[in-house]
Amino acid sequence: MNDDTLLSARGLNLRFGAVTALDQVDCDLWPGEVLAIVGESGSGKTTLLNVLSGRMAPQSGVVWYRDPNGHLVDVHAMPAPALRALHRSDWGFVHQNPRDNLRMGVTAGGNVGERLMAQGSRHYGNIRAEAIAWLEQVEIDADRVDHLPRTFSGGMLQRLQIARTLVTHPRLVFMDEPTGGLDVSVQARLLDLIRSLVRRLGIAVVLVTHDLAVARLLAHRVMVMQRGVVVESGLTDQVLDDPQHPYTQLLVSSVLSA
Amino acid sequence: MIMLETENLSKNFLLHLQGGVRIDVLRGVDFSVQAGECVALTGPSGAGKTTLLRSLYGNYRAGGGAIRVRHEGAMVDIVTASPRLVVEVRDRTLGYVSQFLRVVPRVSALDIVADAARGVSTQQAHEMAAALLARLNIPARLHGLPPATFSGGEQQRINLARGFIGSHPILLLDEPTASLDNANRDIVIEMILEAKAAGKAVVGIFHDTFVRDAVANRIFNVLPLQDAA
Ligand SMILES: Nc1ncnc2c1ncn2[C@@H]1O[C@H](COP(=O)(O)OP(=O)(O)OP(=O)(O)O)[C@@H](O)[C@H]1O
Ligand SMILES: Nc1ncnc2c1ncn2[C@@H]1O[C@H](COP(=O)(O)OP(=O)(O)OP(=O)(O)O)[C@@H](O)[C@H]1O
Ligand SMILES: [Mg+2]
Ligand SMILES: [Mg+2]
Repeated sequence: MNDDTLLSARGLNLRFGAVTALDQVDCDLWPGEVLAIVGESGSGKTTLLNVLSGRMAPQSGVVWYRDPNGHLVDVHAMPAPALRALHRSDWGFVHQNPRDNLRMGVTAGGNVGERLMAQGSRHYGNIRAEAIAWLEQVEIDADRVDHLPRTFSGGMLQRLQIARTLVTHPRLVFMDEPTGGLDVSVQARLLDLIRSLVRRLGIAVVLVTHDLAVARLLAHRVMVMQRGVVVESGLTDQVLDDPQHPYTQLLVSSVLSA
Repeated sequence: MIMLETENLSKNFLLHLQGGVRIDVLRGVDFSVQAGECVALTGPSGAGKTTLLRSLYGNYRAGGGAIRVRHEGAMVDIVTASPRLVVEVRDRTLGYVSQFLRVVPRVSALDIVADAARGVSTQQAHEMAAALLARLNIPARLHGLPPATFSGGEQQRINLARGFIGSHPILLLDEPTASLDNANRDIVIEMILEAKAAGKAVVGIFHDTFVRDAVANRIFNVLPLQDAA
């Protein structure tokens, strides 16, 4: 792997019975870079995200992560507590369904503050102030801080999840269809929010989406997957405007304007 | 000083969905542009002018040959550079004004332009963006609005402001004046002449011969392949 990559995967394979979810997948990510993984349903995008983030083990292959001290760690050889610690601070994971990440019985402010506490913060006043600051960053009114997430709309829940994820200033965030299941106007607002936060904070992102317009808006590079194989990858606008592989040409031609 | 040159550049499109039809567009293109110079690409419709310009930017993937760009003192070959390096070259060296603005939902005209500024504070970027938009006759009341509802000419001027604000050493322009009235066209001509005077290299497609004559030092004719050779 290159000297300064943040995350590198080589030769990832994973089969579920007869289904090949990952077939010799390589992948590199540099600090501050947004990489989109696109492809149709069932092509292996979520599986790749899970394997890159250590949530699921590959049958073969390796994932390297460069920690803040510059040391390379093998994500799948790490002791479980170390991996959990990574997920609590250095990394974030934004799920398609915010309910998979949020604690629905805890207030909005608690959901955000909890990540800070898990990271070691103890001062209640600071935690609350920071939680409120983050709610405002994701455009949730500060006076909702003591409300339970179940009183929030889908778009608000997704923004709350983003606040909860970013409060620890992660260097790397994995996102699985962050705008899926939201209606179009809510999507636009969320995308704009993600775009500006990621830019401003210089976060590296691996973003799974089946929406090429989302990839166009957010990603520097894209990887196109088909049946577990990366069939094409490169600069986002080059892959979308001058697709080389038949499958990418099909994907691009089947949307009106991406 | 050569800022950008191609050598034996070729480009074809292989259309897998149309039964594998191959469209040959560029072959053996040798082209260069110097600092302070503007080269106009000419040729009949469909000859490949836009294809050449997009290839120079790395938006289209060249089929063969080299595209060397002077980037921070060294020549970088866009054809073989890693995507990450191309992103860096676009950030610091290569500016591009496409024919149409791609609007980003919810982002104001001012932010779209300010976002493209380089090496200045956010506040400076906003001041520069406002000044450029004003110069291009975009009224202040529009600066805070997303350009989705703007007229074609207004959108093109947002696009121009975005392309010029970074003052990249090399500027690629695809029909920058196509939907502008004469007053705005003249402002764009002025901006191109200023860029040249500041030592920028400009490559452009200008169907408007008045604009072309006003800004271009040289013409590079792109021949349709069947007529070439
Ligand atoms: N835990 C599992 N057990 C069995 N099969 C699985 C499992 N996880 C994924 N698969 C299969 O692996 C393939 C890839 O699934 P994956 O969830 O990665 O697809 P995806 O690209 O994310 O699709 P979508 O866009 O629909 O979310 C699918 O055929 C899926 O059915
Ligand atoms: N993305 C693409 N995919 C397939 N074919 C393309 C693509 N872009 C351009 N072409 C083809 O390449 C040829 C040259 O097109 P190009 O747009 O470069 O012409 P042009 O000289 O700019 O013409 P005009 O003056 O009409 O703008 C045309 O046959 C066109 O259909
Ligand atoms: Mg999925
Ligand atoms: Mg053209």
